[in-house]
Amino acid sequence: MNAKKMTAAQKNEAIWGIAFVLPTIIGLAVLNFYPIFNTVWLSFFKTGDFGKGNTFVGLSNYAGVCSSGEFWGSLFNTFKYAIVEVPLSLAIASVLAVFLNRKIHFRSGYRTIFFLPMVAAPAAVAMVWKWLYNQRYGLLNHIFGTDIAWISSPSTAWLAIGIVGAWSIIGYNMVLFLGGLQEIPHDYYEAADIDGASGIRQFFCITIPLLSPTIYFISQTRIISALQVFDLIYMMVDSTNIALKSVQSVVYVFYQYVFTYDNKGYGSTMVVLLLVLILLLTVILQKLEKKFVFYN
Amino acid sequence: MDSVHTRDKITRVVIHVILIVMSIIMLAPFAWMILTAFKTVSESTSLDPFVIFPSSWEFDNFVTVWKNYNFLILYKNTLLMIFFRVLCAVLTATMAGYAFGRLNFPFKNALFMLVMMQMMVPSQIFLLPQYLMVSKMGMLNTQFALVFPGIVTAFGTFLLKTSFQGLPKDLEEAAGIDGCNIGQKFLLIMAPLTRSGMVSLGIFTAVIAFKELMWPMIACSNVASTSLSAALAKLQGQFATNYPQLMAAALMACVPMIVIYLVFQKQFVEGIATSGGKL
Repeated sequence: MNAKKMTAAQKNEAIWGIAFVLPTIIGLAVLNFYPIFNTVWLSFFKTGDFGKGNTFVGLSNYAGVCSSGEFWGSLFNTFKYAIVEVPLSLAIASVLAVFLNRKIHFRSGYRTIFFLPMVAAPAAVAMVWKWLYNQRYGLLNHIFGTDIAWISSPSTAWLAIGIVGAWSIIGYNMVLFLGGLQEIPHDYYEAADIDGASGIRQFFCITIPLLSPTIYFISQTRIISALQVFDLIYMMVDSTNIALKSVQSVVYVFYQYVFTYDNKGYGSTMVVLLLVLILLLTVILQKLEKKFVFYN
Repeated sequence: MDSVHTRDKITRVVIHVILIVMSIIMLAPFAWMILTAFKTVSESTSLDPFVIFPSSWEFDNFVTVWKNYNFLILYKNTLLMIFFRVLCAVLTATMAGYAFGRLNFPFKNALFMLVMMQMMVPSQIFLLPQYLMVSKMGMLNTQFALVFPGIVTAFGTFLLKTSFQGLPKDLEEAAGIDGCNIGQKFLLIMAPLTRSGMVSLGIFTAVIAFKELMWPMIACSNVASTSLSAALAKLQGQFATNYPQLMAAALMACVPMIVIYLVFQKQFVEGIATSGGKL
């Protein structure tokens, strides 16, 4: 658009438009875009002792992070968490959504209950689950009559934390699924009823294919946010817990380096690598979407 | 006909059984939080699995926690953080959403691309520079620090742009004929029509701010200036194994939001559903 060719009305509109977006654009520039470059910049420096004096070290932080077992271990842990949380919460949420999409008693009551964990602070959720999982006094071992060290044994801790993640997010996924379900025309089910298809058959032959855009969209956002898990791990696993090494996520290790060990350059490198990974994954997932998702 | 009827009935019962079991799983941790908060330490660590209820419902744990950590200040900090974040986010996003959705101006598409890009980036990458900025300003451990990262919102801008695009074109044209300028059109006609979008964004912003843990923990490490979530993390460090007190604190932190949710549940669920996925 050439400024000189604009009419007075267009010019007027352009001025209003720019004035209206200006606060947001300035805010994003200061709060988000400058920080992206700043973090990348910091990843080329080594923080001196006592957090003072930065020395330029080129790519040596990247070499350090990429050759450290800790980073790859934390990446592996993050994927382990995602592999529990995402499928578990999606499977349960989709079934619940199908049930609540019918005309049944107490429908909105159920919805209110399932959505409840969404409005609780993750810090509080983590605390109560840590207590439920307590090996000696925890409710879970009392109920099952077991003696499992749920979150202090490397073999169960990732599973236990993934379950809490799924529990927290089921209601949210369910509400998103309900939105998708309401767009499926009712006649499909009526036709299937006349043909005598069972409810389970209808779920797999009508609901799942027609819901696939919603399923795909939710999976994609869930996977990406699961890769950023921090709160549950920070709150449930103490630094003295022997299972820590097998559950600490990338963001957890990043947090430790930057804010506990004060090694800002090294920590920044990790979060830059996480950014690259998430962007790559977004591109791949969007490519796959065209292949797997059914659009009318 | 009769067999179809009974089959239908059985399906109904099975569905209710599954829903009830799930409801118990969703509610049990909250119930256990409440029950533990009223117990004494020895009751809570009883090895007898049948000690489910506290022998007497005393508020001692709440009083102790309240004395150690001034919850009144924590409530105030959290409330003000939510208030200012919602105010700033709704104001800036509504203005920007209107411009992106309804007006033509130079670099519009390029600027909107920036907004969309911000939504793809994991937020941890902003954290350290934001912290360094607040630190340089000498504003660590202040109310300003709590609000700081939430002043503008890319996601909200996107959400409000969609709301504005959904409004009919003739409204604006009629207002233009009546001699309204763009500012008046926005303020008097268009903005009031996107109320539901603003409410969604407001609820969404409030819930996110309430749940946030890492930012308040680093920017306001002082207990007197931090938010409820971050205070819980500190408390856990201090009362490590005193679960009745920890549960009392967790309960006090969660109850206000849960009460607000139960009162406005329709708006909550719809607001978060329309804002789809970005949580």
